[in-house]
Amino acid sequence: MSTKGPQVTVTVQRGGPEGPGRKQQFQVPAYGSQTVLDVVSWIQQNADPTLTYRFACRVGMCGSCAMMVNGVPRWTCRTHVSKVLQDGAMELAPLRSLPVIKDLAADMDPFFDKWVSAEALHHPTASRDDPIAPIDPDAPERVTASAGIECINCAVCYAACDTVANNPDYLGPAALQRAWTLYNDSRDGAHGAILDAVTGTGGCQSCHSMGSCTAYCPNGLDPLSAIAGLKRAATRRFFGKGKG
Amino acid sequence: MKAIPRAHPLWLAYILHRLSGLGLALFLPAHFYVLSLALTDTARLDAFLRLTDYPLVKLAEFGLVFLLAVHFFGGLRLMALEWLPWSAAQKTWAAASLAGAFLISTTFLLRAI
Repeated sequence: MSTKGPQVTVTVQRGGPEGPGRKQQFQVPAYGSQTVLDVVSWIQQNADPTLTYRFACRVGMCGSCAMMVNGVPRWTCRTHVSKVLQDGAMELAPLRSLPVIKDLAADMDPFFDKWVSAEALHHPTASRDDPIAPIDPDAPERVTASAGIECINCAVCYAACDTVANNPDYLGPAALQRAWTLYNDSRDGAHGAILDAVTGTGGCQSCHSMGSCTAYCPNGLDPLSAIAGLKRAATRRFFGKGKG
Repeated sequence: MKAIPRAHPLWLAYILHRLSGLGLALFLPAHFYVLSLALTDTARLDAFLRLTDYPLVKLAEFGLVFLLAVHFFGGLRLMALEWLPWSAAQKTWAAASLAGAFLISTTFLLRAI
């Protein structure tokens, strides 16, 4: 592989679950419209085949490839190198607040375990034998639910959140936002169970409204407002109003 | 690993609210102690109150009113954020609360000098 032409200096955090390992520097050829994921793939294919990272779709749909780029959690397949370079260099690390499997691959288990803990899973009210329930896309509750359903589970919000970093029990923005969409989904049959789950230890009231989730969500979603919605719903229920 | 850049308006509003609350919490015991001198030792209270003529103390009072104003408006912002289903205007409210706090504390400063 040619080493002539413009180069990008890339510092990659290596190592496994035993803790932050050594940092390794690579010189990667720069070219137009290059994404951060392109850079990582180049390193793995041309410089060090032992580099571990995760990706699947390459088009911002699967949520697999998020990592820390110059300290910012980003979806690397949709992040252009030219937008994030600092003095011709960038530093890559696995997502913050998650255990490391190896190198740039974070262990997503705690992230998804918290979705289950938040009851952020569908509770069916009908079976496949029932007729399909009509859903009015313009109904207020449906509009609220629809605002959050484009989450791709990339855990960028989870890595951006300082409350997640400081409170191991905190369910995190993505799980709480998913719980909020289901709470507003007329087809979900366990709104009370959702509110129970998100008002326990590490629930929505642990959120300090710092807004980093909303600031860094690559899909432009607003978990901060979803969590505020859960707080309102919990308060309404406490005073004997609302549902659940 | 580099630290996450946190300089977005909502995070700054959060840290300002926390620090101003901490500052006020540290001030309150001293405040109550000085007030108690009105009952226990009026001569010492008068001597202490004369300190407020010094410009440096006036400046400190400005800081105190700024903390109070910023915490008050920050609290209103939080209540609006969490109790009213507003979603798009949050950053505007954070900025407006800061501006309001500056307005009140600066008015106080101008009256004091």
